[in-house]
Amino acid sequence: MQIYLPIAELSLDVFLLLGLGGVIGFLSGLFGVGGGFLMTPLLIFIGVPPPVAVATQANNVVASSISGVLAHFRRGNVDVKMGTVLLVGGLAGSTSGVSLFKLLSEIGQIDLVINLSYVLVLGTVGVLMTWEGVAAFLRTSRKLPARKLHQHNWAHGLPFKMRFHRSRLYMSALLPLGIGFGVGVLSAIMGVGGGFVLVPAMIYLLGMPTSVVIGTSLFQIIFVAANVTFLQAVQNQTVDVVLALMLLLGGVVGAQYGSRVGSRLPGETLRILLGVLVIGVALRLLYELVSVPADVYSIGVGA
Amino acid sequence: MSAHRAITWLRRRLQPLATVLLGAVVLSGVPAERGHSQDLVADLSKHLVAITTGFTGTEVLLFGAVGQPADGSSPGEVAVVVRGPSTPVTMRRKSRVVGIWMNTASMTFERVPSFYAVAASAPLSQLAPPQLRQRNGIGLDALNISLPPAKASPNVAQEWRDALIRAKQRKGLYSASVRPVVFLGARLFRTEVYFPANVPTGSYQVETYLLRDGQVVSAQTTPLIVSKVGVEATLTRFAYEYAALYGLVAIIVALLAGWGGYALFRKA
Repeated sequence: MQIYLPIAELSLDVFLLLGLGGVIGFLSGLFGVGGGFLMTPLLIFIGVPPPVAVATQANNVVASSISGVLAHFRRGNVDVKMGTVLLVGGLAGSTSGVSLFKLLSEIGQIDLVINLSYVLVLGTVGVLMTWEGVAAFLRTSRKLPARKLHQHNWAHGLPFKMRFHRSRLYMSALLPLGIGFGVGVLSAIMGVGGGFVLVPAMIYLLGMPTSVVIGTSLFQIIFVAANVTFLQAVQNQTVDVVLALMLLLGGVVGAQYGSRVGSRLPGETLRILLGVLVIGVALRLLYELVSVPADVYSIGVGA
Repeated sequence: MSAHRAITWLRRRLQPLATVLLGAVVLSGVPAERGHSQDLVADLSKHLVAITTGFTGTEVLLFGAVGQPADGSSPGEVAVVVRGPSTPVTMRRKSRVVGIWMNTASMTFERVPSFYAVAASAPLSQLAPPQLRQRNGIGLDALNISLPPAKASPNVAQEWRDALIRAKQRKGLYSASVRPVVFLGARLFRTEVYFPANVPTGSYQVETYLLRDGQVVSAQTTPLIVSKVGVEATLTRFAYEYAALYGLVAIIVALLAGWGGYALFRKA
């Protein structure tokens, strides 16, 4: 059964979209990430124009994040103060990101930047994640002492120190603001929530306890993704609600099953699995960048 | 047999299609008769391609009749050209920069039909001389989408032009082959024009040419509208005219869906 998507201006199979939403929703529930880094390339792959895929996926992230954050709020796993500081940076970053997206579309480099961001960010995060997972796995089997909560470094000399009770941290607000900004830019350009960057950044750069990391990142992602959705709708008219609704229906259901399975698997295993998945997506996109294109000519997007 | 008798026969055959419209065309066509009887009459099975929620592409039937020359020679050949609204198109070319393929050159064509299809009753090369096809844009090779001469040398311009046509063909918006125009007997003809699901919206021009001995004997232009209707049209208008409100509604829908999923599964 085909459905016509009014903004993307093409028709796709309803069950393909529901299934796509469901599978990505399952993975996002399983790993506690938004799943945008899988969904956006897949949408582009099935023919959705990149600007529409990115903007619509931002809207989807809102839904998948609210679903997750409610569960974390109930368990008290959200550091609202830290989330708000990240959010201030995130709003500024995503607003610049949407403008940057428009500029890059006009000069014809948006596809390149989307692909390069994916390769670099996913490649780095994927390798780190897999490495950490494997290291943790070996540590548990060898019963080595765990490392310190976090190391002190140059970042602790920055001004504007704030106390974050839930995260048991006393640090400069500039660091979370900067991280929020960077992830906000990525979020607007890559059509992702940015959880897969934010979560490692919160653990390794901010030194937050793992228990509050996912809830807090989801908390800030909701607002950043909502900001991206709004700005894309106003500036570029690229949010397709019909497409979003199809993906949402599948995604919401998939995410619930995913989080159930995820709670039964050990953290290291999840980290290795997610790492491998992320590396896979990065390699696929890298191949696209370096292989000889079928036709070196193409019609410019957004011209 | 006069063209009018042929049309009466055609009307009976194609009764459900567009009797009223055809009748109107015939009546308005009568005073335009030249030397011999009516040269060319053509019409479409529908004048609106409506894009609805279930739209997956559609075929539009073009049918008509040609007049018989007084000397009893062949009535000629028919060519049909369908053109979508013209827009500027920017083409980009990739080249390899430090191992990565990126867009490094671009070229803008000022007026490019968003859709283009040709049907003919004979191979285009036999139908008319190149100059005539060029003048009327009959055939992809004769389509007038050249770059301004200042922008590129002729052979470079030709490369960009071919690339544009290839790109449009990949999207299914320029048909790769010439569709047949089928004659039913000596006078009546029909052909189908296929519009894919990603057909651009706007006002289309359907030009029907009657050619005899490499000359255009008669031509007729029929308008065709491609438009989103119903929910699709409302949503698109909403997205463009009330963009901020549309964005807010999209976010609220997402919030409700997310919350709904959570609430539903917590109980279960």
